[in-house]
Parts: sequence; structure tokens; C-alpha cells
Amino acid sequence: MTPATNILLALATPLIGAVLIVAAHRVPNVRESVTMVTASVLFLLVASLTPLVLAGERPEVTLLEMMPGLSLKFKVEPLGMLFGLIASGLWIVNSLYSIGYMRANDEQHQTRFYVCFAGALASAIGIAFAGNLLTLFVFYEALTLITYPLVTHAGTEDAKRAGRVYLGLLVGTSIGFLLVAMVWIWHLTGTVDFQPGGILLGKAGNATVGVLLALCVFGIGKAALMPFHRWLPAAMVAPTPVSALLHAVAVVKAGVFSVLKVIIYIFGVGEIAGLKSVDWLPFFAGFTIIVASVIALRSDNLKRRLAYSTVSQLSYVVLAAALLTPLSIVGAALHIATHAVGKITLFFAAGAIYTAAHKTEVSQLNGIGRRMPWTMGAFTVGALSLIGIPPAAGFVSKWFIISGAIDGGHYLALGVLIASTLLNAAYFLPIVHAAFFRAPDAGGHEHGEAPWPMVVALSITAAMTIALFFFADLPLRLVSQLVGMRYGQ
Amino acid sequence: MISQHFPILQVVLPLIAAPVIILLRNGRAAWLLATTVSWVSLIIALALLEQVSAGGVISYAIGSWPPPWGIEYRIDQVNAFLLVLVSLIAAVVSVYSRASVDAELPREQHYLFYAMFALCLAGLLGIAATGDAFNLFVFLEISSLSSYVLIALGRDRRALMAAYQYLVMGTIGATFYIIGVGLLYLMTGTLNMADMAHRLSGVAEVKPVLAALAFITVGICLKLALFPLHLWLPNAYAYAPSAVTAFLAATATKVSVYVLLRFYFSVFGASAIFLALPMGQILLVLSLAAMFIASTVAIFQSDIKRMFAYSSVAQIGYITLGISFDSATGLTAGIVHLFNHALTKGALFMLLGCFALRLGRVSFSDIGGIARVMPVTAFGIVLGGLSLIGVPGTVGFVSKWYLVLAALESGQWWIALAIVLSSLLAVVYVWRFVEVAYFHQPDAKLAKLKEARLEMLVPAWLMIAACIYFGLDAELTVSGAAQAAATLLQGVR
Amino acid sequence: MTIAGHIAGYFTYWATIFVAMAGLYIVIARGNLIKKLVGLGIFQTSVYLLYVAPGKLIGGTAPIVAPEFQVYSNPLPHVLILTAIVVGVATLALGLALVVRIREAYGSIEEDEILDQDEPPVSPDTASRQA
Repeated sequence: MTPATNILLALATPLIGAVLIVAAHRVPNVRESVTMVTASVLFLLVASLTPLVLAGERPEVTLLEMMPGLSLKFKVEPLGMLFGLIASGLWIVNSLYSIGYMRANDEQHQTRFYVCFAGALASAIGIAFAGNLLTLFVFYEALTLITYPLVTHAGTEDAKRAGRVYLGLLVGTSIGFLLVAMVWIWHLTGTVDFQPGGILLGKAGNATVGVLLALCVFGIGKAALMPFHRWLPAAMVAPTPVSALLHAVAVVKAGVFSVLKVIIYIFGVGEIAGLKSVDWLPFFAGFTIIVASVIALRSDNLKRRLAYSTVSQLSYVVLAAALLTPLSIVGAALHIATHAVGKITLFFAAGAIYTAAHKTEVSQLNGIGRRMPWTMGAFTVGALSLIGIPPAAGFVSKWFIISGAIDGGHYLALGVLIASTLLNAAYFLPIVHAAFFRAPDAGGHEHGEAPWPMVVALSITAAMTIALFFFADLPLRLVSQLVGMRYGQ
Repeated sequence: MISQHFPILQVVLPLIAAPVIILLRNGRAAWLLATTVSWVSLIIALALLEQVSAGGVISYAIGSWPPPWGIEYRIDQVNAFLLVLVSLIAAVVSVYSRASVDAELPREQHYLFYAMFALCLAGLLGIAATGDAFNLFVFLEISSLSSYVLIALGRDRRALMAAYQYLVMGTIGATFYIIGVGLLYLMTGTLNMADMAHRLSGVAEVKPVLAALAFITVGICLKLALFPLHLWLPNAYAYAPSAVTAFLAATATKVSVYVLLRFYFSVFGASAIFLALPMGQILLVLSLAAMFIASTVAIFQSDIKRMFAYSSVAQIGYITLGISFDSATGLTAGIVHLFNHALTKGALFMLLGCFALRLGRVSFSDIGGIARVMPVTAFGIVLGGLSLIGVPGTVGFVSKWYLVLAALESGQWWIALAIVLSSLLAVVYVWRFVEVAYFHQPDAKLAKLKEARLEMLVPAWLMIAACIYFGLDAELTVSGAAQAAATLLQGVR
Repeated sequence: MTIAGHIAGYFTYWATIFVAMAGLYIVIARGNLIKKLVGLGIFQTSVYLLYVAPGKLIGGTAPIVAPEFQVYSNPLPHVLILTAIVVGVATLALGLALVVRIREAYGSIEEDEILDQDEPPVSPDTASRQA
């Protein structure tokens, strides 16, 4: 198989899977097997491209020409490779988890759930491999729409309202800002291709670059930069596997990934570094980090706390990208990976707690670690990763971001990072402490661990969180290509 | 060779079909004839487009009287494109109409419906094909009179008032148009549009020409329902039979837009008069008003057909906005949107007709949870709605892309923002449908319903499929529109 | 030219404008559907005048080439207006037919009474009960 067919197959696989899932909707066991197999095939297809990209190749393929001069095309570069690997890899684990969760909680419309999930993955892969801004935009919107039924899965009044916020903000920002930015870029340069070094150099003045950056960064509402972050906590009404994969991995990571990709390949890191018109971005990101952390600290609902933690962590990536130093760019890319595995572990744990103990609030978790040692153990690993304590993966990315901040002399950013680390510790460690060291509240009903597929899934992601610390080599080799660094030589 | 006579056959076939249908007096035979004629029209239109693309402008002299003395049918890139659009919609709607008309009209009126349908088609095709300003008026009235009848056939008695109001407004519009043409005739001594354009540049006295421009603008804008001259449209679309709404929404206003384009660019374009007037600015302001006000009004409608009717007014605003830029990109955007919106709205109204088939009416209060019982129809409407919003992968996105591009090219970035902001209003009214259709529990009456009949669903979904196809591969439509825009602008520069 | 000269010189145009405005005024100001149609008819008639009058030359004849006639009237506007009259008649006939149907359905031909029967817009609940 040529790399080009591999790319197209990777896009088609989840869609074929979706069709098969519909076909098998009467037999849940077959249906779930299809999901698992599809996820595995997708991961293998994506992984098969990795050696090529590591070797410096950039396989590309043009699907069709949408409008004269504007085509839907795909080009695999290191950042997309990394995102593709994370999304497809975690889909396997998440499918396992979903099976346990959906069955244990007796959820409705399970077929629709799995179909939309597959569609979301196809969109995520499309975003990851997008060869130009138009393709990215197409799949970005597709991801929003296909996840809408997932967010509103419960079909209740709450879900409907959350769906409005979700769709309103994501579609509103993308059409309101990103589309304008994209057409503007096309108008200025006659291309929307992603190119190393960006395409705007010499085509747009200082002020224009500033406005375009604002349109792009706020237009990518999935990056949840304040004040366009509210869709993320709203979307937490979705079943936990949705929150886990979509709102820890696919959707939000698609957001920060897009921001990073636009900054690297449309604006050009070195090309806009030092421009007066772009130095506002770190402040917005820093503000989001701190404020979201404070809100997380004050939230008693576990999923809401995780949601605001996500908002805050996403802005790490935006902040790191906005610092525009090579080290911070590496940190930003790595953080996409490390936060993904860490946060999915935390969401899995939250879902497991809900399934086994029907508890949703932080204040109810006293002593729960004794009944659910695996779950809470994994939760602890995830929390450590988010705080950035070795030996969890979060440390690695944070290290690079901080190095980047020092490198570029951004001491305010450094301060933000330190403060937020403290805040992270302040909202995660009490949970761990309560779970393991407080006596259980009286009156709780007896329960053990969640169903085994869920426990296995969250153990795997916890292990991955640790593994990514010790074997950070592969992602580092990938992302160091982004900034032209030769890692390990 | 018969292909020489395609320009006239295009118009005459449906024109002859109409009285023949009256003579047949049989609903089934009438349907068969109307459908056949529509499809033959489509084939002729495609052949004409092919001929124009290959050999340039076709001039056909009626009765062999050479223009400018005789009536000339003149087919160029612009109206060849339009002929295809109109006959395509007619062909699809005619297939669809059988089941829909069976359900909505009493049996004894069926053959009259198809006669009027054929007549309306003849009128619309005639407007597009003719190169003579007075002949255009006649066809305008043929299509209008037949559409008043078609609207009045609606089941609701309010359809009668809607038709009456449309008749009054439409006649005023057509009369304004003919006054304008009269003034032009007085100044130039010709009714042939190409000849008129040629002679206008030599006319010294500009005041009557300006008056003519004003009369024609107002008259045609009444017909194309440019805000604030749109008042007839919502009721007419809401109460007409479903097949009529689908057909008229997709074609009638579009043909009027064509007339506007023809006069602005082909007739007045070459003379400096047009440049001296702020027509662009006036159109711009009215288009923006249409986009925002009509979309906002759409949000508050309780009848879904009315909601999409107001949405049509807003979408016409996008078309005229594209024209108002007076640039190649702007015109391309306008023409592409003309095509795209015809597909989208045609499909949407056809799908609403599927609801009407089972429910009788389509209010928001009636369709709670309808997606459970009529999933295919409901999902089609969602897709059509996405196209109205301009989600990538649908034709609406292509339109929006070129509109925004045209706005940026003209250096007016705030218009670009206005375009995208107004499309967000579409999100609100489309999502209102989604929430009602998908999140409510169907009541007992609704739960017993079945999915609409296949002969209605298939044509409607064909249009939806076209919305998606031309959204992903807009090469054909965009290059066609760009050529049409270039043809129009040739007259100006 | 003096104002009086203006009026005299462009007499037919002033007449046209007067007829047109009178017709439009009736359409707008009258609530009776028949009267509206009458107004519409008058409005259309103004167009006939607009076309026909300039075609006539005083002393001109029909354009039949003959040695004794030098001045011809333009026949084309007359022909055009024949068509326009046909269109006008058709419009009027259709309009009247609609009014007949409206009277059958509503029992009235006064616009405000008819609109009152359908307004205030029937609330969705009662409408579905009626249906």
C-alpha cells in the first residue's frame, strides 16, 4: 500500500465501521466487536505511517477539488501524526471502556452512540492529517456536528440546553471568526496550504497578522480559550465515555492542535515572533489558565472540576504556542499527548465511580479508594500527571514549556505556570487524600470496582501515562522535527 | 436540424403542453405530460448550455425576422445556466408532485394544477430565453398569473388571500417594469435588449433613462422579493401547495434576479448612467437589512413553511449582496448562491411537503418528535438546514466563501463579518427545528404516522444529495457562475 | 419653457402620471377587494397611454407606403399595447375569480374583515384541535 492509500483508508475505516455498526445494531456483541476491530485497524493504519514521517517524509494525497484552487487534501506531518496516534490509540481503550459503561448504566440509543463515535474519529483523523486550512475547517465543523448527538445523548431538557451552548459557541466562533480568517488568508496569499514557515510572510502587515491571529485563535472555539470556553463544561452532561474521549482527547485536542498547526504552518513561529501585534495572546492564555483553575478548585461536581481543569490545561498548549520559542512549541505539542492520556484516565475514573457508586460530587468521595483501589490508583496517576510530578507524563511537557518560557524570557508566563501548578495540586490532591485516607461516610451502599472493561481501560491509560514519561522518545522525535531540532543526535 | 430550434422549443413545448393538458382533463395523463415536458425541457436546456459553452452566444430569430426588428431569443452563458436550473427544478418537482398533489388537492383540480405548472414553467423559461424586453414582460405575466393560480390552490383558505395579495403586488411590479421599458423604448426606439444597450450609450438625455432604471429596479425587486418589497412572499409560500412552494421558491425569485442582472449589466451596464447612481450602495443596504431582519423574523415563526419562507427573503439578500459588489467575485458569488439556494430551498420545501402529506400542516407544535416516525425526511431537512447555515460540505459553504471573499476584495471587512453573523441567525432557526423534531416525544397521533412516500422522498433527497455534491465539488457551479459573471461584466468594461 | 408650456407640451405624460397615481392610490387606500382591482386596472391603463400616445403623430397615418402620405404613426406601440391589454384583462379576470373564491370562503370582500377572521393568528394548540 502506498502512503496515500493509507491516509485515505485511515479516513474511510471509521466510516466503514459506522456503517457496519448500523448493520449490526440488533446484536450488541457483534456491534461492539465491530467498534473494537475498527478502532484497532484505524490505529494500525495510522501507526503504519509513523516510520515514514519519522524519516522525514510527508506523504500527501488530494481527495478532490472543492472550489477552483481549493482542494480537500491531506498531508501527514509530525504534529498531525502525533495527534492521529493519540486519537486512534485512545479510541481502542475508550471503546473498551464504553462497552462497560454503556451496558452497566443501561444507556439508550447505544447504536447511535457508537456510530457518532466512529464519525467523530473520522473527523479527528481528517483534522490531524489536513493538508490545508480548508480541509481542517471542513473536518473541524464535521466534528462539531457529529458530536452534537453525543453531547445531547440523554435527550433531556438539560442535554438540550447544553447542546445549544455547545453548538452555538463552536459553530458561532468557527463560522464567525475562523471562516473569515481563512477567506482573508486566501485573499491575501492565494493559498490556504499548511507550509513550514507559514504562508503570510511578506503578504500581511503587522496589524493584519494580529487581527488574523485573533480570528484564528478565538475562531477555534474548541481550544476553549476564555471567553469562549463555556461549551466545555456544558458538554459534561454527556455520558462519561463521551467526555473522556471527546472532551479530553478528540474535540478539545482538535482545538489546540488546530491552534498549534495554524501558528506553525500558517503564521510561522519564527516569522511572527517578536511582532508587536501578537504579544497579547500569552496574556489571554495565562488568564484562562489561572481563572479556570480557580473555578475548578471551587467546583464540587467531579466532572465539572475535570472540565475546568481541561479548560486550564488547554490554555497551557495555547500559551506554549504563543511564546513562539522552539522549546515551548515542542512543549505544546507534547502537552497535547501527555494531557490526553492523563485526562482520559481521570475521566475514566470519574465514570467508574459514577457507575459503581453513583457518586458525582467530590465531597462524596471519602474513603472510596479502599473500595475501588484500581480506579483511585489510576486517578492518582492522572492527577500527578496533570500537576506535573514525575514519574507521570505531564512532567515532560511541562518541563519543555517552562524551559521555553525561560528561554524566551517570558517570566510572567513562568509565574502563571508555577501558580497553576500549585492550583492543580490544590484541586486534585484533596480528592486523592480523601479517597485513601479519610474514613468512608456512613450510610453508603456496598459496592466494589466498576465492571471489568472499565477497570482494564483506565488501568491501561494510567499505565500509558507512566509509560509516556519513560518512553517520551517517540513523541519527542516527532515533534522536534517541527522546530527543526535534531533530537538525539 | 432540430437542435437549431432548441431556443424556441425550450419555451414553446411547455407552452403548448398547458392547453393540451386542459383538453386531456385527466389527472394521471396530465401529470405524465407535464413530467415529460419538464424532462424534455431539461434535456434541451442542457443541450443549449453545451452549445453555448462550445460555440458562444446563440441568437434565434423568431419567425425568421432578424433582430432588432423581430423578437430575438438570445442564449448566453448567463441564461443557459438559468435555463438548466429552472428546468432541472421543474423536472424534479414534477416527479415529486404526483403524490403530493394527490394528497393535497381534490381530484377534479389535478389536471388544472399540471396545466398551470406547465404554463408557469413556460413563462419562467421564456423570461430566461428571450432577448426582447417586451416579450420578457409577457412571459413575466404568464409565469405570474399561473403562479397566482397555483398558490390559490392551497388547502388553507388563507391561500386565497395570499394569492390575491401576490396578484396585486405582482401586477404593480410588472406594471412598473413595463413603464420602465416604455421609457427606454421612447429613448432608444428599440425593445431588443442587446440593441438597447448599444443605443443607450448614445442617448444624451439621461433623466428618462434614470427614471426607467428606477421603475425597472422597483418592479423587478417586487418580483424577486427584495427586502422591504417581500411582503407577499411569506404568505404565498406558506399557504401554497407543497409542490408549488418547492417549485416557486427554487425558481421564480431566481428568474427575477436574472432579469435584474440582465438589465443592470447587459442593458444599463455599458452606459455611464449606471455608474453615476449609487445602485450598489442601495442594494447593499437593502441586502444587509434582508439578511438580518428576515432571518430574525424567521426565528419567531410558528409555521415551518413560513419560517423557511422568511429564510428565503434573507437568502435572496445574499444573492443581491453579491450583485451589489459589482465585481467579478461578487457576481460569481451571487450567481452561485442563486443556484445553490435554489437547490437547498427546493429540497427543503419538498421535504416539508412530506410532513404535510402525513400531517396536513407543518407547525412546530405539530411535529414534536417527528424524527422518530419520519427519520428520513427529518434528517433531510437537517442537512438542508446545514446548507442554509453554510456548513462546509454543503453548497451553502461555497456561496458563503465567495461572498466573504468578495466582501474582503472590496475592502469592506465589516460586510464579511455581517455575512457570517447573519448566517449564525440561520443556526438559531434551523436548530429550533432540530430540537423540536429530535428531542420531543411524539404524541399518540404522531406516533402512528409512517414515513412519506418514496416517490416524494427520492426527488427531495436527490436535491439534498445535489446540495452535498455541489458543496464538495463546486468546480462545475463555480466555474459556470464565473463565466456567467464574466459575460455580464463584458457589457460593463 | 414656462410651467404652463411644460404642462401643455408634455400633456400626455401628465395625464399618464395622473392616471397611474390615481390607480395606485385606489389600490392602497381601498379595503374593498373589488375596488382594489379596479384601481389596479386604472394603474395598468396609464401604461397603455404611456405607450400609445408618443406613437401617434398628429396628421400621421398608418404606415402604408403610398405617394400621398409622408408622415406615418409608429404602429409598434399599438401592437404592444394590444398584448398588454390582453395581459391586463387576464389579470383582472383572475383577480375577480379569486375575489369570488374569497367571498365563498370568508363571506366578505373587505380586506380588514377577512384578515380579522384569521387574526390573531390561531394559537398552535387550538389550531391542532380544529384540525
